[in-house]
Amino acid sequence: MNRNLLNLFAAVLLMFVLWGCNQTEQATLPAATPSGPVRGDTFIEASIGDASNLLPVLSSDSASSDISSLVYSGLVRYDKDLKIEGELAESWQVSPDRLTITFNLRKGVTWHDGAPFTSADVLFNYQLYTDPKTPTAYAESFRQVASAETPDPYTFRVTYNEPYAPALISWGMPIHPKHLLEGKDITKSPLSRQPVGTGPYRLSAWSAGEKIVLEANPDYFEGQPYIKRIVYRIIPDQSTQFLELKTGSLDFMGLTPLQFDRQTDTGAFSRLFNKYNYLNFGYSYLGYNLRSPFFQDKRVRQALTYAIDKQEIIDGVLLGYGRVATGPYKPDTWVYNAQVKTYGYDPIKARQLLADAGWVDTDNDGIVDKDGQALAFTIVTNQGNDLRAKSGEIIQRRFREVGVDVQLRIIEWATFLKEFINPGNFDATILGWTGGPEPDQYNIWHSSKTGPRQLNFINYKNQEVDDLLERGRRTFDQQQRKAYYDRFQEILAEEQPYTFLYIPEALPAVAKRFRGIEPAPAGIRYNFNHWYVPEDEQKYSR
Amino acid sequence: MLQYLIKRLLMMIPLLLGITLITFVVIHLAPGEPTDLQTQMNPEASSELQERLRVYYGLDQPLPVQYVRWLGRLIRFDFGESFALDHRPVLDKITERLPVTVLLNLLSILVILAVAVPLGVLSAVRRNSLFDRATTVLVFVGFAMPSFWLALLMMDWFGVRLGLLPISGIKSLGYAYLSFGGQMLDRVQHLILPVFISAIGGLAGFSRYMRSNMLEVIRQDYILTARAKGLSERVVIYRHALRNALLPVITILGLSVPGLIGGSVIFETIFAIPGMGKLFYDGVMMRDYPLIMGILVMGAILTLVGNLLADISYALADPRIRHSQGDGQ
Repeated sequence: MNRNLLNLFAAVLLMFVLWGCNQTEQATLPAATPSGPVRGDTFIEASIGDASNLLPVLSSDSASSDISSLVYSGLVRYDKDLKIEGELAESWQVSPDRLTITFNLRKGVTWHDGAPFTSADVLFNYQLYTDPKTPTAYAESFRQVASAETPDPYTFRVTYNEPYAPALISWGMPIHPKHLLEGKDITKSPLSRQPVGTGPYRLSAWSAGEKIVLEANPDYFEGQPYIKRIVYRIIPDQSTQFLELKTGSLDFMGLTPLQFDRQTDTGAFSRLFNKYNYLNFGYSYLGYNLRSPFFQDKRVRQALTYAIDKQEIIDGVLLGYGRVATGPYKPDTWVYNAQVKTYGYDPIKARQLLADAGWVDTDNDGIVDKDGQALAFTIVTNQGNDLRAKSGEIIQRRFREVGVDVQLRIIEWATFLKEFINPGNFDATILGWTGGPEPDQYNIWHSSKTGPRQLNFINYKNQEVDDLLERGRRTFDQQQRKAYYDRFQEILAEEQPYTFLYIPEALPAVAKRFRGIEPAPAGIRYNFNHWYVPEDEQKYSR
Repeated sequence: MLQYLIKRLLMMIPLLLGITLITFVVIHLAPGEPTDLQTQMNPEASSELQERLRVYYGLDQPLPVQYVRWLGRLIRFDFGESFALDHRPVLDKITERLPVTVLLNLLSILVILAVAVPLGVLSAVRRNSLFDRATTVLVFVGFAMPSFWLALLMMDWFGVRLGLLPISGIKSLGYAYLSFGGQMLDRVQHLILPVFISAIGGLAGFSRYMRSNMLEVIRQDYILTARAKGLSERVVIYRHALRNALLPVITILGLSVPGLIGGSVIFETIFAIPGMGKLFYDGVMMRDYPLIMGILVMGAILTLVGNLLADISYALADPRIRHSQGDGQ
């Protein structure tokens, strides 16, 4: 369960956890057979936790959103290059004042039960997400909406109080069927176990805690997907998943660095599977609680960053399958600023900066001190994430070398939030953020988000950053936005409120019989509907 | 007897109330609330939403009010709605997980009994022999071995290398298409490793227990009498001694009744078995109070009923206790 919670944690920042990809796949792709794509076969993958609720408005775990993304569609989605493209919307227009978006919906789309999809469904979803009676975690971006209307069955128009750049992608949220949910208590709806969407797959069976089976939707508006059936097996243990993968009982698994590097280099494995690796969206960081007297001086924070050998952590913890993080964005995205100040591993400079800030070892106990107080603090992180615990140990040793004494505490997730993060009762913490292509970081860095249970729990307050974040989310022009976010990254790099540690790679293995996989900036799963298995290699006939 | 039974049953009510009160307080002492876990670290969730969710779950009320509300529902056999994101009735969540857990536990108790009883008897009869020492070492090795480690080794050996047994899960993907016989076989194949692994840890305790019971009985005068009558060793051991040595086993079986609905998290996680252990663990981690309370109440009832059953069957099996008309113990 712990891992499940972590997954939840990883999945919440953006509902669609999209994979970015900057490296080419390891194995070469087999050429498509001359006969071309054919239908059939089953794709089996494993999930460490069962889905909780297949009404996406109510769920926030990654298993539920994985399945919902196949069962439901949104108005828009990210394409393979992480550009926004229409899904249920054929096209859209943004008004010159940037306040109104008009979506032109696809015609002839039907729900899995045959009912037609119209703009009334979209309007209903806006009402559903913002209804105070709906216990949803996704209301915030829809609250920016001033009004929504449906001029005709295939047009949906939404107006905002002020320009809001993340508005368009917020309509990528799964659309729920009005005709089955209207006027009913959403939390009691049977659709949470028997979802009805407009997506490429339909739910066909769900045995709680055991498996979820999806069947291709023959009426899908982009055409029936080639792979006939998807089975999600719930296997909570990663070692068990890996054993199942080795016997070929699974067709897909995200490998750990150890499995990817050391345990799958056999001939038997490479006969059955292709491995891919590419950068994930998301990074790990060491965040400093800026309420603490230790971290008031930015030279201390810079010194601590100099004292950490980030590459050592990547090599030791991720076996090299990751990249050094310099800020909150992924290096291959348009918003990434490659020119920011970087901090190589430099213990001498670290000691120098600490001395400049007044921290020197006056009593020769090996720990730097100032006004009689030693620079000794505790790093907290959550239980169940080995990578974080191991990173903490490496950091602990490196800090000791520059005279900083650090204890490491690993705490169960709920307690961690309640006792440490929420009351701001910590010195430093190792955590991670999972993001997406949308660069808005308002909730994490804006000074208005430092309240209890909000995301700026390190209490970072910088007037210029506030200003840049506000402008960034009000600006639609990418060039203009980039200028704001470039400056934002420069400030973060200079101030080091976090030591940005690393960006891990996604390391999936896919059974070789699946063809049509084309790694792109969005990862490999974005074109799943076009994957297929040549007829003579199909494994499951039923 | 009937009077005794009624008295015992009535006694259970205050006991049960006490248990629920204590557990209710204790689980609410654990830091963190279900709403924290659903909304924290989520930029889309405002503080206002947190409050809304707390009201929705009734967490804004003082603890005594929450307890009385919960108790009020329980009296009508309503275990409430899970705080997990699925909002399902707790009873549904428990009943769908219960059969596989009970089946596994029953099978493993049967296996333990079938192996431990003869093992214990033989060890006692051939006390300090090579056989006795070897089984002692072996059962303790089985007891001390981490079950998850052994499980992974066996899965790798029988599942991956030999390809004889399925690795995890409770049935194959093509289960629905199998014939009836095929379905049975499939079930059995999936059960072999889990039952074996869960039995191996229980063997040590039970066989040792059996051994010491048997040693105790063999020293009794009536065994000496039986031998003096010239009965064969076989009859002495298996008819006279074994029957008496088995009596305390009833108590142990009674005490293991609540264990029937309990599952081991590690074990269920490794074998991907959707059982009670994982359900309970997930419930605790998510602070799903109604689910935790539901499972604990069932466990408490079964413990009390198990004790009662043990006492009753003890009285039925042992004439000495029956005739004394005592209060069971």
